Amino acid sequence: MIRFEQVTKTLGGRKVLDGIDLEIREGETLAIVGPSGTGKSVSLKHMVRLMTPDAGRVLVGGEAISEATGRDLERLREKFGVLFQGGALLEWLNVFENVALPLREKTQTGEDEITERVREKLRLVGLEKDELKHPSEISGGMRKRAGLARAIIRNPEIILYDEPTSGLDPVSSRTIDALIEDMRQKLTVTSVVVTHDLHSALSIATRIAMLSEGRIVELATPEDFIKSKTEAVVRFLEAQYITTRGSWEKHTL
Amino acid sequence: MITREPEDFPPPRNWVANFGRKVLFTFRNAGRAILLLTEAVANLRFIFSPRTRREIILQMFVGGIKSLGVITVVAGFTGMILALQTGIELRKFGQEVNIGAAVMVSMLREMGPFMTGLIMAASVGSAYAAQMGTMVVSEEIAALEIMSINPVRFLVLPRLVALAVMTPLLSFYSCMMGVLGGALVGKTQLGVAWVAYWQNATRYADAKDLYVGVFKAFIFGIIITIVACHQGFSTTQGAVGVGNATRRTVILSFLTILIVGYFITRFFYV
Repeated sequence: MIRFEQVTKTLGGRKVLDGIDLEIREGETLAIVGPSGTGKSVSLKHMVRLMTPDAGRVLVGGEAISEATGRDLERLREKFGVLFQGGALLEWLNVFENVALPLREKTQTGEDEITERVREKLRLVGLEKDELKHPSEISGGMRKRAGLARAIIRNPEIILYDEPTSGLDPVSSRTIDALIEDMRQKLTVTSVVVTHDLHSALSIATRIAMLSEGRIVELATPEDFIKSKTEAVVRFLEAQYITTRGSWEKHTL
Repeated sequence: MITREPEDFPPPRNWVANFGRKVLFTFRNAGRAILLLTEAVANLRFIFSPRTRREIILQMFVGGIKSLGVITVVAGFTGMILALQTGIELRKFGQEVNIGAAVMVSMLREMGPFMTGLIMAASVGSAYAAQMGTMVVSEEIAALEIMSINPVRFLVLPRLVALAVMTPLLSFYSCMMGVLGGALVGKTQLGVAWVAYWQNATRYADAKDLYVGVFKAFIFGIIITIVACHQGFSTTQGAVGVGNATRRTVILSFLTILIVGYFITRFFYV
C-alpha cells in the first residue's frame, strides 16, 4: 500500500532518515515507534508529501507520491485521512463544521447527506453531543477525536495518526487506542500510527517498526517485538517499564 | 504548496556572504508574495461561491466595519490639526477661509489613503499574519492541504477581496471625517463659516483627487493582505515565529505602502 524505497532526508545537517526501506501492507496497522527526534513524524510527512525525500522515493498504491504534483498529488492525497497531534481543527468552526469541511469543500454532497454522514462519524468517535462546540471549548482528547472524525469523513483507504495519545491522560489515551482499533475493524483501513507510547503501539499495532538514528532497527509483530534482542529496542522497552522477560499479553481494548 | 519544509543552510562564511544571502532572501520572498497574489487572482472566479461570499462579508465586517472607530478618531483629529496649522499661517494674510481647500485636497490625495492604509496594516494586517502563522504552527494549513483544500482560495481570496473593497471605502470615509474635523476647527478656532469652508473645499478639489486617492487605497488593501498572508504562511518556530511574522507584516506593509504610494502619486501628478 505504502512503500519507502531508500528514503533519505537530512534536516539541520543531520540525517533524519538514512536510506529507509519499508513496506506498509494493505489493511494492517503499523506503529512507528522510537525516541523523540528519530524521524517518526518526518516519515509520516513523507507519506502525504508534506516533505520530499532528498533521495529515494515513496510509493502509494504503486504511484510515486514523492514525485507527484498538481491533480496527481491531490488524487493520491484523497486516499489519506490524517489525525494531527493537536487535531488541527479550524478554530472558528464548530466541531460539526470542522468534520463537514472536506465534504463541503471537495464534493457536491447535499446538506442533508452531509449532516447524516457527519453525525454518523461523530457518533463513531463519541462526540455526537458536542457537535456545536468550538475547538476551544473541548478537551485535548475530544479535539483528537473530532480530528479523527474529520480524517475519516471521506472514507479514506489509509489513516495516519501523528502521536495520537501524546498529551493525554491514560484513560483518554486508551479511548483513542480503542478508536484506532475500531477504525481498522469497522472501516477496514490501513493505519500508520507514529507514537513514542509503546503501551499504545503494542495494543493496537499488527506490526511495529522501531526507528533509531534514521534507520529501522526492528520491524516485527508486537509478540516478536517484545522479545527483540536489538539493543535500541531493549532500552526503549525498559525505559517504558515494559519487561522483556517472561510472556507478554496483548491488552484487550 | 503553502506548507514548506524546514530550510537548512550552513552559516555564512563572512559578512559579505551574510549580506548576499539576505538580499537573495528578500528577492525570493518578494517573488513568493507575488506568486501568492497571482494565485489569489487566478482564483477570483470562486468569489461567488456561497462559502466564499459569506467569508468575504465576514472579513469586510471584521476588517472594515470594526476599524471605523479608530479611523474616525485618527482622521478627525488629522483634519483638525491640518486645519489649525494651515489656518494659523493663512490668518496672517487674511486667507484662513482657504483651509477648506488645504484640508480637502491633502486628505483626498494623500492623508486619507495613507492613514487608512497604515491603520489597516497595523490592525487588520497584523491580525491576518497572526492568524495564518498560528494556523501554520498548529498544522491547520497542512491539514487543509492534505484535504486538498487550497489555502489560497480558502483563506487568502476572501481577505483579499474584503480589503480591496473596504480600504477604498474607509479611505473615502476618513477623508470626510478629516474634512469635518477641519470644518470644526475652522468654525470654532478660526472663525470660518461652515458654508464658506465647504465652498472653498469643493472649489479646489477635483474628481482626479478623489479617484487617485481611492485607487491608492485599493492598492494598499491588496498590499496589506498579501504581505500579511505571505508572512503568516512563512512562520516557523512556534509562538516566537508568529510574533516575528506579525512584526514583519507591520514593518513591510508600512514600507511598501509608502514606496508604492509615492510612485502612484508620481505617475498621476508629474
